[in-house]
Amino acid sequence: MIEEYGKDPEVRGAPDHIGGAPADVSLLEAQGLTKTFPGCLANDQVSFTIRPGEVHALLGENGAGKSTLVKMMYGLLRPDEGQLVWEGRPVRMESPSVARRLGIGMVFQHLSLFEPLTVLENVALALPGRWNPKELRARVIEVSTAYGLPLDPDRVVHSLSVGERQRIEVVRCLLQDPKLLILDEPTSVLTPQEADQLFNTLRKLSAEGRAILYISHKLHEVRALCQNATVLREGKVVAHCDPRGESPESLAELMLGTRVAPPRRAVTVAQAERLVMSNVSVTTNSTFGFDLKDINLSVRGGEILGIAGIAGNGQGELMRVFTGETTLPRHSDAVRVDGVPVGGLGPIQRRQHGMAFVPEERNGHAAALEMALTENAFLTGFKKLRLTLGGMIRAGKTLDYTQRVVDTYKVRATGPAADAGSLSGGNLQKFVVGREILQEPGVLIVAQPTWGVDAGAALAIRQALIDLAAQGSAVVVISQDLDEIFAICDSIAVISEGRLSRARPVSEVTTGEIGLLMGGIHGEHAQAAQ
Amino acid sequence: MISGWEQLAPLILTVITASTPLLFAAAGELVTERSGVLNLGVEGLMVVGALAAFAGTHATGSAILGVMFGALAGVVLAFVFAVLTLTLLANQVATGLALTIFGLGLTALLGKGYVGVTVGNLPQLNIPGLTDLPFIGPILFGQDAMVYLSFAAVIGISWVLSRTRIGLVLRAVGASHDSAHALGYPVIRIRYLATMFGGALGGIAGSYLSLVYTPMWAENLTAGRGWIALALVVFSTWRPWRLLLGAYLFGAITVIQLHAQGLGVAVPSEFLSMTPYLATILVLVVISRDKLKIKLNAPACLGTGFRPTQ
Amino acid sequence: MIHLVPRRQQSKAMVWGAPLIAVALTLITGGLTFAIMGKPMGEALYTFFVHPLTTFDGATELIVKASPLVLIGIGLSLGFRANVWNIGAEGQYTFGAILGGGLAIFFHESTSPFLLPGMLLAGVIGGMIWASIPALLKTRFNANEILTSLMLTYVALLLLGFLVHGPWRDPDGFNFPESRLFPDAGTMPILIEHSRVHLGAVFALVAVGAAWLLLGKGMTGFKLKLVGSAPEAARFAGFSETRMVWFTLLTAGGLSGLAGVCEVAGPIGQLIPTISPGYGFTAIIVAFLGRLHPVGVLLAGLVMALTYLGGESAQILIGVPSAVTGLFQGFLLFYLLACDVLIRYRIRFSEGRAA
Repeated sequence: MIEEYGKDPEVRGAPDHIGGAPADVSLLEAQGLTKTFPGCLANDQVSFTIRPGEVHALLGENGAGKSTLVKMMYGLLRPDEGQLVWEGRPVRMESPSVARRLGIGMVFQHLSLFEPLTVLENVALALPGRWNPKELRARVIEVSTAYGLPLDPDRVVHSLSVGERQRIEVVRCLLQDPKLLILDEPTSVLTPQEADQLFNTLRKLSAEGRAILYISHKLHEVRALCQNATVLREGKVVAHCDPRGESPESLAELMLGTRVAPPRRAVTVAQAERLVMSNVSVTTNSTFGFDLKDINLSVRGGEILGIAGIAGNGQGELMRVFTGETTLPRHSDAVRVDGVPVGGLGPIQRRQHGMAFVPEERNGHAAALEMALTENAFLTGFKKLRLTLGGMIRAGKTLDYTQRVVDTYKVRATGPAADAGSLSGGNLQKFVVGREILQEPGVLIVAQPTWGVDAGAALAIRQALIDLAAQGSAVVVISQDLDEIFAICDSIAVISEGRLSRARPVSEVTTGEIGLLMGGIHGEHAQAAQ
Repeated sequence: MISGWEQLAPLILTVITASTPLLFAAAGELVTERSGVLNLGVEGLMVVGALAAFAGTHATGSAILGVMFGALAGVVLAFVFAVLTLTLLANQVATGLALTIFGLGLTALLGKGYVGVTVGNLPQLNIPGLTDLPFIGPILFGQDAMVYLSFAAVIGISWVLSRTRIGLVLRAVGASHDSAHALGYPVIRIRYLATMFGGALGGIAGSYLSLVYTPMWAENLTAGRGWIALALVVFSTWRPWRLLLGAYLFGAITVIQLHAQGLGVAVPSEFLSMTPYLATILVLVVISRDKLKIKLNAPACLGTGFRPTQ
Repeated sequence: MIHLVPRRQQSKAMVWGAPLIAVALTLITGGLTFAIMGKPMGEALYTFFVHPLTTFDGATELIVKASPLVLIGIGLSLGFRANVWNIGAEGQYTFGAILGGGLAIFFHESTSPFLLPGMLLAGVIGGMIWASIPALLKTRFNANEILTSLMLTYVALLLLGFLVHGPWRDPDGFNFPESRLFPDAGTMPILIEHSRVHLGAVFALVAVGAAWLLLGKGMTGFKLKLVGSAPEAARFAGFSETRMVWFTLLTAGGLSGLAGVCEVAGPIGQLIPTISPGYGFTAIIVAFLGRLHPVGVLLAGLVMALTYLGGESAQILIGVPSAVTGLFQGFLLFYLLACDVLIRYRIRFSEGRAA
């Protein structure tokens, strides 16, 4: 029974949901869990209770301590203080296998799959015991269909969509008959329709008496799915509540602590087109990527265009066409910046024409982790900011620029000479975005600007993008996060399987329509198409 | 044409002798690489195995014990490689080279006393009735033990990799060490074992060289075979059966060029001697140019160190 | 349990400390090796490491042997920075010697002052040609340069063998596999009287200086480092990996070829089947020991040259086979690789389970 997809972006799925009647018996109880890392108190006396059959949310922003807490519950970390009580008895979660034996299953945000191996092999690797392919194949088919997550055991993982891959993880857990299933940000890589499918599965599990711990920062999902929520902020529990009785604003306030002011968008007067792409088609040279087909887009000065889409639909190839890592035939004017054809130029020349880029992957692509911040700043800025003289690097000028980036964007590092790899994800992202914005580009293209970044940094980055547009630059934001796109973009287009939809003003579309475009013909249909 | 057959049979026998060490060394390296470790020191493994086997046979009088010494020497050297690359996280390429330089240096020194010495032979298989069959008898049933062992190794490796849990885990570790670690598998330990297994087979390959192929010891006996074995692994796209084909192809090339020299082919002998090396280059180019094939078949983690993160 | 804790920044101290520790460990191991062989440790170590430097002949031979090591080492160090593994320097050296020496044989009666410069140029070109093959195969066909350059080494050595046994054999040479002696116009000028130190030493120093300028604060050094450590970031910055591959291989090839022609036009004076005691391979160790830094390569070249001389002197004076040189070189490289871990990581001993 598939739920009707509602138009209201806040309420998804069926208005009532079935949850197991919470008994007085607790399944898992956390008592005063505390964990400290060098320089950081990740969890501070965290206590909460999960009952059998309950769908319990763990709410909090990135960096609030959710991951640490859950790792302790799954045996990946040992608490410094406090204890866990399972079915009334204190337990020491020595390792994930202990957790699994007790009946805890976990689906991580980052999937632990083996791409060249089949679904069956991937499942087998997660299960203890002897390798019995025939029996396992039958069980995989049985369990996956029973819970609405059909899987073909003999498909090789690299040919599956992200949503299908996540099913493998869920089925891996279900095959071990868990009493508690923990899911960490499961919908961050799913289309809205796939998310609904997952919710149905979760409700079914809950009806069977299994408990679910649902970790998320997506408030509408939590309100639609969960009976109980524990809210974490900066390592401490700030509230226990029933999310059904809260509004998104009150939950957000609990999570973030202060009234959240949405990023300010000044009303802009329409300006000249600054970035234009016409009929760009490119064959990919990446194994699992998508060819780009007939990409058309146009961005004006002062405008922020959002390109939504699930990862792996051609964003990487598109980014490479933007940066010049993939060049078009020399005389093509398929890509124009301020009227000048740049399609045949490489990255250095494009930057001279006022372009700047932040690719999706900060580790190794946007930044070289083994090199210092100064060297990373030099990487993109050397031509435009004249950081060289006759083939020699001007160390003083480079240092000044680096320091400016660090100071302006409050990048926490031991200094400009620190290796980029020593920075936390959020700080490195701030650095990588900041170094581009400080070059005052006319056109900035950013992919996944706040991926894996804590709330404060994310806010700062988004505000910086808005400010840059306000100064007259054209900005393109490629993102999987629909909330982000709706928050800061003026217009939105969707990329799916290498094709870009027509851009439309954000005020005229709903997340539902976008979700359908994002889903495209992905998933089951893709198999038939092969 | 009896005379044709008569010429062919010894030729086939020499091909088998030439191919067997390549097969052993490449098979061992294949297992190592499937786990994600790139050990360029195969030449070093082979040469220490060759010396250890020779010395062992000389000391004990038994070729079988000699081969075991050879295997052991390979395991020890591979263990040193593993400590450097897996525990101390040294660069795999540089360490593999170091292994080769060290192995050649060590054996050049220790082998001084063995130049010109002779040792006994490996036992040959002799099944009455079968071995006496004309032509195919000696070829199929009259080989020495190591040839059969080499085939058994390839069959065994292929079976273990594709049908057992251990093989599955090994492939998984090579495909994604992060995922394997997340699932609780001891990535480092598995790689240690795979590397040492490769060392054992490399040592056995060397033993074959010094005990059967040219039953004597000379400095730098391996003459680049270890490097050819590495190329063979790429040629085989990391699949054991293809390896069998590749090893025998190269063995044949080596033998044919030797015979061509003897048959008075008009090409100077040095150029004929170049053929195995040129063939290796050709094979590498042909296989490598298909980037997609390499990406789909090569263990994704090959050569990248594993750094366990909290 | 030994734990490796990553450092926030690479330890500058250890970058130079590691080679020193490695050398010290090699000395200790060397002493033990001598002891196992039944030789008195102190005396043997002195004979190996100190004695060669105490005589005029020894000190000048040090320069003679170090020159090719430094030349090749500089070339290799550039490539290694960019993750381009040229293992075939020995082959490039050989082919350079073939082309340069070939010129000398062809013009064996010439007295022109242009002969030697012509030979040197031919040597450089020869090395570059030989290195261009792996470069092409890598950039066009994605073939691994380690294996291709190495296979070509064997080919080059066989080619040399063919030439000196056949077409280039000295007609007046009593059928020995060697070429004519090179004419005076085709011989390297000696720099220090009564020694074999030749112009090659100057070339080596020039190479060190040029590399130091190029790499110090230059774009080239930055590009090489970037391509080596983060190739995607290099592409993002706009640097062409292909160009880096060609640049490093051709430079290393050219320098190796120069070393080769200097050696045959200098100390050897003709073409013979063996024109190198493994310089191309030892230079790999020189590059690592020298931390891929030009001045380091210079020092490392001298140290490795010493090991060659030490082996010879040990053989003559205390009856240890000169093959002990190869052993010590291997130990040195092993220890160096092991100590390198200290640059990126701190060692901590603690209880508790390993990852």
